[in-house]
Amino acid sequence: MSASCTIDSTLLRIDPARETERIVASIRETVFHRLRRKGAVIGVSGGIDSSVVAFLCARALESRRIQIIFTPESDSSPDSLRLGRMVAEALGAPAVLEDIRSILQAAGCYRRRDEAVRLAAPEFGEGFKCKIVLPNLMEADRYALFSVVVQSPDGRKRQVRLSREAYLGVVAATNFKQRTRKMVEYYYADRLQYAVAGTPNRLEYDQGFFVKNGDGAADFKPIAHLYKSQVFQLAAYLGVPEEVQRRPPTTDTYSLEQSQEEFYFSLPLEQMDLCLLGKDQGISAAGLSDAVGLTPQQVERVYRMIDAKRKMARYLHAAPVLVEPLENSAME
Amino acid sequence: MDKALAARLIRQFIEETFFFSEAESLADDDSFLERGIIDSTGILELIAFLQDTFEIRVEDEEAIPDNLDSIERVAEFLTRKLDGSAEQLAATAEEKRA
Repeated sequence: MSASCTIDSTLLRIDPARETERIVASIRETVFHRLRRKGAVIGVSGGIDSSVVAFLCARALESRRIQIIFTPESDSSPDSLRLGRMVAEALGAPAVLEDIRSILQAAGCYRRRDEAVRLAAPEFGEGFKCKIVLPNLMEADRYALFSVVVQSPDGRKRQVRLSREAYLGVVAATNFKQRTRKMVEYYYADRLQYAVAGTPNRLEYDQGFFVKNGDGAADFKPIAHLYKSQVFQLAAYLGVPEEVQRRPPTTDTYSLEQSQEEFYFSLPLEQMDLCLLGKDQGISAAGLSDAVGLTPQQVERVYRMIDAKRKMARYLHAAPVLVEPLENSAME
Repeated sequence: MDKALAARLIRQFIEETFFFSEAESLADDDSFLERGIIDSTGILELIAFLQDTFEIRVEDEEAIPDNLDSIERVAEFLTRKLDGSAEQLAATAEEKRA
């Protein structure tokens, strides 16, 4: 690591016009020529990432050749659909509502999730809400062990550490949501001969903040190379509705609102961006410390967390393993 | 509890639960995190093993690498918890006799 190099947030500034043209050219080449598809399907959640992807795809392919899909379910915030519709209207793009709660109910998503939560909080039942959270990993050197926060109908909250069985049960059940959404997106892709756009940003892609074969599945991912703060810069340039730009990032996965910090990063996204950039650029913890507002020890801790999550993300990214490589012209 | 015995039991659990290739070796002071042997989900398994096998409770503030990140550290933590329990029981017994 370089002890003498320092870093600041100006390194995250992009030329949005130039970056837009680069991504637009890539989308056009990928969808029309490489994949030989006629357009793109985008699942729009009302969040900034999917909104920016929708705007980029519309610019690249024309609005009439994108299909926006809204896939709310029981735990979705009403704002998600409202803001998603705002994006579709701003683009004049075809949009369809596919409420996936009945599919999730039939698959036992909510029942399995609730059974897993009850392993930790037996009182969890009708009228209760929940979310899973991490401890503050910046305060001390500790493991990223999830707790569940349950809120009773009268508003009282209780937080309980999840056992392995409960944690894996909650995550496995909740993953039905992202996989069902992707199933719906590919239905439209198959019917329309469109390609499915993935919407992860660099932090999510790098750190495994996605569900394997859920939102991790896509035919192309046009913003996977962008840090979150760069996605915001593009959003402003592209004219994504202001309210979408201002909305705090949320997982929109649990009945209690859960920030992405609470679920995964334990740091504000702006700081995570700088830490990821610092790590990739080989900046020492001491060199990054001032720019990110953390002590060098905290930066070291974040660097270790980044490494640990990258290791876990390898499984999420991995293609199927074959016994022997196959010589096949269809394979690249 | 004897610390060496604790270390043996913990090593057995680690080797049976987190698959090793025959070429791999694990020293008592090797960091689980640095060796990539146990991730945060694996730590939950380790905590469950300690709680179920030794009838202790690993509190939230005790679930930290200082206590759990190597065979040696787990053995020391376990020994302290069990010795602590033994001392508390002895003190309680004395109070009752008084």
